[in-house]
Amino acid sequence: MINIFEVAETNEMIEKENLDVRTITLGISLLDCIDADLKLVNEKIYQKIYEAAKELVATGEYISAEYGIPVVNKRISVTPIALVGGAACKSPEDFVSIARTLDKAAHEVGVNFIGGYSALVSKGMTAADEMLIRSIPKALSVTERVCSSVNLGSTKTGINMDAVKLMGEVILQTAQATADQDSLGCAKLVVFCNAPDDNPFMAGAFHGVTEADKVINVGVSGPGVVKTALEKVRGENFETLCETIKKTAFKVTRVGQLVAKEASRMMNVPFGIVDLSLAPTPAVGDSVAEILCEMGLEYAGAPGTTAALALLNDQVKKGGVMASSYVGGLSGAFIPVSEDQGMIDAVTAGALTLEKLEAMTCVCSVGLDMIAIPGDTKATAISGIIADEMAIGMVNQKTTAVRLIPVIGKGVGETVEFGGLLGYAPIMPVNSFSCDAFIGRGGRIPAPIHSFKN
Amino acid sequence: MKKTIITVVGKDTVGIIAKVCTYLADNGINILDISQTIVQDYFNMMMIVDTNRTAKDFGDMARELEKLGESIGVIIKCQKEEIFNQMHRI
Repeated sequence: MINIFEVAETNEMIEKENLDVRTITLGISLLDCIDADLKLVNEKIYQKIYEAAKELVATGEYISAEYGIPVVNKRISVTPIALVGGAACKSPEDFVSIARTLDKAAHEVGVNFIGGYSALVSKGMTAADEMLIRSIPKALSVTERVCSSVNLGSTKTGINMDAVKLMGEVILQTAQATADQDSLGCAKLVVFCNAPDDNPFMAGAFHGVTEADKVINVGVSGPGVVKTALEKVRGENFETLCETIKKTAFKVTRVGQLVAKEASRMMNVPFGIVDLSLAPTPAVGDSVAEILCEMGLEYAGAPGTTAALALLNDQVKKGGVMASSYVGGLSGAFIPVSEDQGMIDAVTAGALTLEKLEAMTCVCSVGLDMIAIPGDTKATAISGIIADEMAIGMVNQKTTAVRLIPVIGKGVGETVEFGGLLGYAPIMPVNSFSCDAFIGRGGRIPAPIHSFKN
Repeated sequence: MKKTIITVVGKDTVGIIAKVCTYLADNGINILDISQTIVQDYFNMMMIVDTNRTAKDFGDMARELEKLGESIGVIIKCQKEEIFNQMHRI
């Protein structure tokens, strides 16, 4: 039988170390909403989401009360809208009407984000894909809860450099369209290489076409729990360090598995996956960077950071995989800048640069995340940064992503405040040398060779 | 059997166990196990209870116990047992 120390340990994790279930995300297929009539498409989408998700928020709150564990976010992901709206939309403006419908449905059922305003263009763009991409700045400026993502490359297809070029422009336009909110629109827009179909985390969640009609995916969190566990093994060798992370990740993930199974049972929707990610928040003691510091680094970004992050990411997976029957999504340590107090401190202290962050993304999920850059950064520079990150994902057969926020009207040394879970960030300098001619070439980078691994 | 874990944490005072047990008895909730320690002057108690025979809804029970805790000056939490089993047992 459970003893008092085990109960106390669990409750300490919840109350003092910020253990929570970060999100229950209900994936909903909208493929059956496709129609040539735009008005009908919008009606069908609203109805389908409303019917599928009306119990989602109440279910999350009920589970939270039963087990005494916070379920922070309840969210929805849908089929990439470029596929759903392709037959009906004749202009970017038509796609914006679907974004408004998604936003309305999200408000009605009470979820804080809805993801899937997306296009998958890793090899080429259809006319609908391109229209959706061009509609993103408007869509994100007229809606509140819609999140958008674009898959620009994969290990199997290479990188679509035409789309990379376009996305550099779209990110800047989105920043301009939401300039009055410190370019907040860009916080809801992410580009991927090797985007997973079952990611529950925003802004990159969408319900892939390989998925069932509806599915429950859960994202756990708990950097604070890992950090506290590591405080107890200060000075011990790497074997002890790794074992401690693994055991802690197991416990954290078990909670996610329990919540996912319970939500699945209550809503009568199949359980998809648990995403093992260590997702930080701006709260003190809920930081991935603090784990790196606890391992023995002065700041995230110091020499040794990439190695520390690599072992953290690997041990989290090793512990988590055994704790859940199905693992998926992004699964690893997230290193967003604005959402992690330790990362913010590292940038402010001058310990962490964009280039070091890029190196770190080689060994963890997901990529250059929530990084504020000067508002006068050129579109081609943004495309160049995206291309670099996509190349890392393509060659290393992993998911990588870029979520940059060019803050209009602000420059290096200034700070931008997004509020809530999105946090705040010092604006980081971008390498100012030109890549215009490289980005201007157009076409695709071919898929990499899968042998001669050097 | 549906088991619930009740934890009581707070400053030690006379009659904490008596008041919690009275509430449980009045509502037909059977106590299966009690452990109690004092950690740094703080009262720590865990009860494993069987909620099969109570007519009370879980949410109501949790809220009423929380209120009772406030009146004694301690924090009372109710949680389904599975979260602990899942986390601490393979």
